[in-house]
Amino acid sequence: MIPELGEFALILALGFSFILAVIPLYGAATLNTLWMDYAKPLARAQFTFLLISFICLGYAFANDDFSVQYVANHSNSQLPIEFKLSAIWGGHEGSLLLWAFILSGWTLAVSLFSRGLPLDMLARVLGVMGIIATGFISFLLWTSSPFERYLPRFPADGADLNPLLQDFGLIVHPPMLYMGYVGFSVAFAFAIAALLSGRLDAAWARWSRPWTNVAWAFLGAGITLGSWWAYYELGWGGWWFWDPVENASLMPWLVGTALIHSLAVTEKRGVFKSWTLLLAIFAFSLSLLGTFLVRSGVLTSVHAFASDPERGFFILVLLLLTIGGSLTLYAFKAPNVKSESSFGWLSREMLLLINNVFLVVMAITVLLGTLYPLLIDALGSGKISVGPPYFNALFVPIMSLLALSMGISGAARWRQTSVAGLKKQLLVPAIISLVVGIIFPFIYGDGFNFRVFLGMTISTWVIATTAKEFKDKFRNANSITAKLSQLTPSYYGMMLAHVGVAVVAIGITLVSTYSEERDMRMAPGDKIELADYQFEFKGAKKVKGANFTADEGTIEVTLEGEPVVTLYPQKRHYTVKRSMMTEASIDAGLFRDLYLAMGEPLGDDGAWAIRVHYKPYVRWLWLGGLFMALGGILTVFDKRYRKKSTGEVAHA
Amino acid sequence: MTPKRQKRLYIILAIVFGTSLAVGLTMYALNQNINLFYSASQIANGEAPTDARMRVGGMVVDGSLERSTDSLRVSFELTDYENTVKVVFTGILPDLFREGQGIIAQGKMDTQGAFQADEVLAKHDENYMPPEIAESMKPKKEVAQ
Repeated sequence: MIPELGEFALILALGFSFILAVIPLYGAATLNTLWMDYAKPLARAQFTFLLISFICLGYAFANDDFSVQYVANHSNSQLPIEFKLSAIWGGHEGSLLLWAFILSGWTLAVSLFSRGLPLDMLARVLGVMGIIATGFISFLLWTSSPFERYLPRFPADGADLNPLLQDFGLIVHPPMLYMGYVGFSVAFAFAIAALLSGRLDAAWARWSRPWTNVAWAFLGAGITLGSWWAYYELGWGGWWFWDPVENASLMPWLVGTALIHSLAVTEKRGVFKSWTLLLAIFAFSLSLLGTFLVRSGVLTSVHAFASDPERGFFILVLLLLTIGGSLTLYAFKAPNVKSESSFGWLSREMLLLINNVFLVVMAITVLLGTLYPLLIDALGSGKISVGPPYFNALFVPIMSLLALSMGISGAARWRQTSVAGLKKQLLVPAIISLVVGIIFPFIYGDGFNFRVFLGMTISTWVIATTAKEFKDKFRNANSITAKLSQLTPSYYGMMLAHVGVAVVAIGITLVSTYSEERDMRMAPGDKIELADYQFEFKGAKKVKGANFTADEGTIEVTLEGEPVVTLYPQKRHYTVKRSMMTEASIDAGLFRDLYLAMGEPLGDDGAWAIRVHYKPYVRWLWLGGLFMALGGILTVFDKRYRKKSTGEVAHA
Repeated sequence: MTPKRQKRLYIILAIVFGTSLAVGLTMYALNQNINLFYSASQIANGEAPTDARMRVGGMVVDGSLERSTDSLRVSFELTDYENTVKVVFTGILPDLFREGQGIIAQGKMDTQGAFQADEVLAKHDENYMPPEIAESMKPKKEVAQ
């Protein structure tokens, strides 16, 4: 009964989103206030019914209703309750329901926090989001309803959730990532609304900016969490694999990063308008492409758990309609967009434009590397895969250039800046960063290393220029505390995010240069030494968990004779799925991680294959990612986003 | 041409130049780093290059797994139900590696005709078969049945 209620609620939600897609947009086109007024209640109704639908699926999971196919395939009566609930998005159907639910949540949020928004703008934005929701809920209902039953005979117990997903990571990573993916639909809807109405001014940029920043922050947090999860859960200590699905989330993030900067310039200076619109369209299109890549199974990937050509086709059509439709609209309307001011060759605008180009080029190279195998396959010239060296070969130089111009653009003035002024601003940071870059590999490592030099120089450069810019704010200030509170939250957010970039760069550089790892055959009593640490294998014993049994190794770690920690990696055997899982044991630290994982048992003397990693500064990767995400969130707290801005619209 | 137009032209030229440079470098990097996929039969027929990195995929032959006693060196045979190729690997095999399972190995052929793998991939779903393997085995399996 409850699952049918869920399905029924989903059908009703589809009805509301369809009306939302038609009535307010038509009202905005004909200036019919009554019809435009329908947007808000419709958004609320759509959210309510998706919420009911979502709760119904959660109820089916919590009560082990294995007559529901999706529940039977992704849960088990022995599964702990938190994993039963997060199993809602552990498979294709449920994660799409989550997608639609989050979309309706964003729609609701726009309708609630939009007091300053003119009615026709609001109607258009919500209408466009209604169109997207219509597409996705139809997709859910027609190809992948999570409420389908196994009737009349259903299994006594469920097939259990994939052991890799039985983890805290599943609880937080997909919702965060989807908040980001779907959040770009708001930026997209604002862009389409601007094209439809022809109004694209500073006020428009101000409405659209907080939404875009928040979506970008969520996406960044989602990617960061995913990287962290992969690191500890997959059991081989990698934190980024250039896997197609990771790339699928990185591309919208890169374009989104370009978008938030371009939007800032549009708001402050009234230029880059068409470019901003284009970026908004592409950020969301790439989010959809990501969904397509993950859900259609066209790519070989760790995330490709299940695939179905029909579903892939449906999303592909949705994707083509979105991109085709919005670009057509763009082609007709964008030429009318006028810049409100001009800028010189050497100005902050120009440098931000260059940064934008770097980010977009990076996104394109990732896109190319991800889709190239598909293209070659479609042309019938063989099966290939593109390896990480390709991505690394392009990522490192492009990102280094980006970091370089990031530092310069912070020091440049709007409109026009002088070379002499820049020199004066940047000389000290440049010297500091070069010195750090040269000295660091000698102190930390055992000699000069170009990669470390490059990584440390650009990271220090970003931090030093950011610090200099911050310090200069106080040059003419009478009191430091007064100035501190005078600076806006979005300024602090920017500082934090930029420092985050440097922190990530330091993490990447050091962990990929100074990591040490060994795969060893270890019998009880065997010792190995790695990066000054001594690891002694004490043997393995059987332990039992809620739905698995495991061999648990005991490894004592000492540093110069002093005990550091005892680690207990496990090799788990999940009884229902009959599958093996490596559970790594990690001693985490700000400056280094010790990472231990068990391979397989070898021979009769209790020996195991043991993987020992020493990973310096690996935490900095995720710390920096969180800085960026927090920075993005901070920007929303600016007062100007909350004041009623209808009065300013006319002259802005 | 007005100065404004001229400036715009320069910007566009710079973007075109930058983009083509990026695309050129990208294509170069791509050609250096693609790994072609071969099946056991293609290797047996001598279609696979001997000096380039590539991927080979197939089913692990039952009973073919041999482990060295004092190191992590393993060897096993991969089959596409027509031919087999011997794979040698030193390291820890993935959790889902087992005999009868479809896997992909990445590495190079050595002079003895064995495949020296530096990476072995088994997918995270036991029912899942990498599309490459499924396709390379399709015709042969039908013959076998």
